[in-house]
Amino acid sequence: MAKFKKKSNTSQDIPTAALPDIIFMLLFFFMVTTVLRESTIMVKQSIPKATQLRKLSQKKLVSYLYVGKPNDPKKFGAEPRIQANDAFIEVDGIIQFIEEEKGKLAENEKDQITISIKVDDETKMGIVADIQEKMRDVNARKLMYAASKRAD
Amino acid sequence: MARSGRKLPEVNSSSMADIAFLLLVFFLVTTTIATDKGLTLTLPPKADPNEPPPDITKNQRNIFKILVNSSDRILVEDEPMTDVKELRSMVKEFVLNFGKADEDAQALYNALPQSLKALSLKNESSSDNPKEAVISFKADRGTSYDIYIAILDELQGAYYEIYGERVGLTADEFRALDRKKPDEQAKYTAARNGFPMNISIAEPTKIGGK
Repeated sequence: MAKFKKKSNTSQDIPTAALPDIIFMLLFFFMVTTVLRESTIMVKQSIPKATQLRKLSQKKLVSYLYVGKPNDPKKFGAEPRIQANDAFIEVDGIIQFIEEEKGKLAENEKDQITISIKVDDETKMGIVADIQEKMRDVNARKLMYAASKRAD
Repeated sequence: MARSGRKLPEVNSSSMADIAFLLLVFFLVTTTIATDKGLTLTLPPKADPNEPPPDITKNQRNIFKILVNSSDRILVEDEPMTDVKELRSMVKEFVLNFGKADEDAQALYNALPQSLKALSLKNESSSDNPKEAVISFKADRGTSYDIYIAILDELQGAYYEIYGERVGLTADEFRALDRKKPDEQAKYTAARNGFPMNISIAEPTKIGGK
């Protein structure tokens, strides 16, 4: 019987010493993948879904325009509007906005500028066509319609 | 050398996990994972006001017309269409038609994989060859953006599927090719060679909307 009474001196606790390391690993993952948004979006944004998406290769060449109905219709009206950086702009202001964005790039990259337009899916085409026309005026011809992946 | 009995000094690290959790939750809440994806398009250069617009010499059979009106009804090659999904196969058939192939186009055709050759109907009243074929897409200012994106998605999808099949990839793999790597760049050019993505987006009509 003595055989079974042999006292084991291994501890019953699960070692948790590695727990902080695991959590830190997760933490670093989120810190690295996080992009803090630099401007608050003031328009409704429900991005349309599509399948044939492509990624943009160079982030620094991209400028964003947000289009949609303002979140605060009392102040800004109920019609879809264009937001660039932190302010609403009129269609005529697009040229100035693109010129400013181009000014931030190096000389050889100026015509590589890509405008990513994030348009709410309830918007009509008119305002999008206006943006495209202004982009052609300033020779910023690369355009991306932001969309999210649709699972088929 | 009798040091085995002495304990090493230890910092109490049991609350470390709690601190890390706190930080983790903060980042989880503030994160919006960047979705820099979308449909890419290159706009045509601005028309020179001093020059008259070029005469259109294209044959009607080389143009695949898509019209959308302000109430989101679609007209494809003068026929109404209800399901956007049908567009992809129609566009593929149109582009791969090879109705009147000249020497270059014949060489292009011969190099195609069997699966794409099968789609070629050699219809006299459809496009001559992929270089000539143009998809003309015209919307109205009152067309909803949703429909516009759905159609553009199908059009680009048709081309990407053709490109992918030419180099033995799926459309998804083709789109993910990284053009900074020489071998993937080579595949990209090989796939697109002779098949320009001629999607022409016309200026919208002004019936609906402002």
